[in-house]
Amino acid sequence: MLLRNAWVGLAGITLALNLVACGGGGETSNKSAEPSSPSGTPAGQKVDTATAGDVKGVVNLDGVAPKNEAIKMNADPVCLREAKGAQMSEAYEVGDDGKTLGNVFVYVKDGLGNYVYDTPTETAKIDQKECRYHPHVFGMRVNQPLEIINSDPTLHNIHAMPKSNSEFNNGQPIQGMKMTHTFDKKEVMVPFKCDVHGWMNAYVGVLDHPYFAVTDKSGKFEIKSLPPGTYTLEAWHEKFGTQTASVTLGPKESKDVTFSFKPSGPTATN
Amino acid sequence: MHRFAKLLAAATVVLILAGSLVTSHDAGLSVPDWPTSYGWNMFTFPPSMWVANILYEHGHRLIASSVGFLTIIMAAWLWLAEPRRWLRWFGVAALGAVVAQGILGGITVLFFLPAAVSTAHAGLAEIFFCMTVAIALFTSPGWVASDAGAVDDARLRRIATAATALVYSQIIVGAAMRHTGAGLAIPDFPLMFGHVVPDHWSPAIAVHFAHRMGALVVTCAILMAFAYLRAHHRTRRELMRPATLLLALVAVQVTLGAFTVLSQRNPWINSFHVVGGALVLTTSLVLTLRSWRVRFASAQSSQREQSTQTQSTQSVPVSAASAVSAVSAPRGART
Repeated sequence: MLLRNAWVGLAGITLALNLVACGGGGETSNKSAEPSSPSGTPAGQKVDTATAGDVKGVVNLDGVAPKNEAIKMNADPVCLREAKGAQMSEAYEVGDDGKTLGNVFVYVKDGLGNYVYDTPTETAKIDQKECRYHPHVFGMRVNQPLEIINSDPTLHNIHAMPKSNSEFNNGQPIQGMKMTHTFDKKEVMVPFKCDVHGWMNAYVGVLDHPYFAVTDKSGKFEIKSLPPGTYTLEAWHEKFGTQTASVTLGPKESKDVTFSFKPSGPTATN
Repeated sequence: MHRFAKLLAAATVVLILAGSLVTSHDAGLSVPDWPTSYGWNMFTFPPSMWVANILYEHGHRLIASSVGFLTIIMAAWLWLAEPRRWLRWFGVAALGAVVAQGILGGITVLFFLPAAVSTAHAGLAEIFFCMTVAIALFTSPGWVASDAGAVDDARLRRIATAATALVYSQIIVGAAMRHTGAGLAIPDFPLMFGHVVPDHWSPAIAVHFAHRMGALVVTCAILMAFAYLRAHHRTRRELMRPATLLLALVAVQVTLGAFTVLSQRNPWINSFHVVGGALVLTTSLVLTLRSWRVRFASAQSSQREQSTQTQSTQSVPVSAASAVSAVSAPRGART
């Protein structure tokens, strides 16, 4: 009996001690990447850069954007020290004149047909610095390596919450830690968040072609080397949602497209 | 032993608060690995790294470990010193529940908080809390002393049991609402989108609406239980005290629920609402168990009689008293 009691006690202690716990790209660019040269190995039609044109444009704000919310970083003294001055959320990147919108992801949604593109070997990058993600909105390609860096002397976890790709959540407790991840499906957009610092969020558009750009604060974007054709462009904003525009491009032609987001709903013209 | 059981139950309240703070702060994935914490052993994870939301999640893990440790002691103590066999095994079951709860917590982290697993984690937490309170009750002097004069009222048993079952169901609906992000699916209170009944629907609105309706049902059930007790057992202190407390807790709980919505899910109000739900449940459980006290006694008597008969058929010349002693106090503990 004594032996049985001792065994039960030991087993219980071992189990509970082991188990009882629960839970328990580069900086924002307003220019698209150049399409690959047609000398690659993949089969299929490649873009003829000699006849390709450009789409330029601007994303306007028709109205007054809500104010970005103030962020209190005092839950982490390191963030408080690293991020100097008043800290605001990054939801509305509005131009100095109040009429243009930054951090809008603009991309060719439809019309590219069967072109094929080489997968870039250079890495896209996202950095956790001053308790923010840099960049806040960016684009990258399917199967392109994404380097995730923690430049802060504090812990971060990077938690990607895609719908089509695989979700991941990795801790980077030490300053200078790096990891690489690739997305194997196109998806616009994949949100990132840091569950440690609730204000940290970012978005990446993952595409199977190089025709995308992110607007700068002046709302400008440029998508280069687009072959002749008729395309549907989409502009995505984290708060205002999406809007689309159609554009037809002739050989070596350059077209302007203007998107206009209203705080109550978007419109597009070209 | 009773004091230790009360300590375990109190520690479990703290654990439930810690767990609800994790969800309220959206901190469930702030420590992405399990059972390690950012690669460290949970117990050696440097306190300097318990920053921002990590404090809630890691704190929850440490408190859970402490409760687990207390449960081991409780189960071992019961096993070694408790004369009632069923209670000894009940202690083992509580240990099993807390271990399963830890595993569920780990799974929900590793699989990015799937709503079903997180809801199960919340549901098992309540069951475990009920078990700790039940152990405290079963080991209390009032329960152990004598079953003579215990209330034997079948209707009371039905009312109290139904109330407890309804409270538990309401908690599960609340947990499902919480873990599917439907806490503010209906943003106003007491009206719903300015109407008595929502004028449009979605799964989130439906689960939120169910929780509000559940609150109404639970309140009625508890009012009914209280009214019944006042009418039929007004002098029974052991029943009227938990019933009165239950009434007060429900009033506080409904208020906290309202303020959870009105404050846009303030994390602390939201968390105290979760704890309030657990306290309503266990108070209702105490009332229910006391209404069943006489049946527990009958079961024990049957067990004793069975034991006596067994010993008689073995032709061992022992008296009934010594047979009871053999069953009830084999290790010299009190009966």
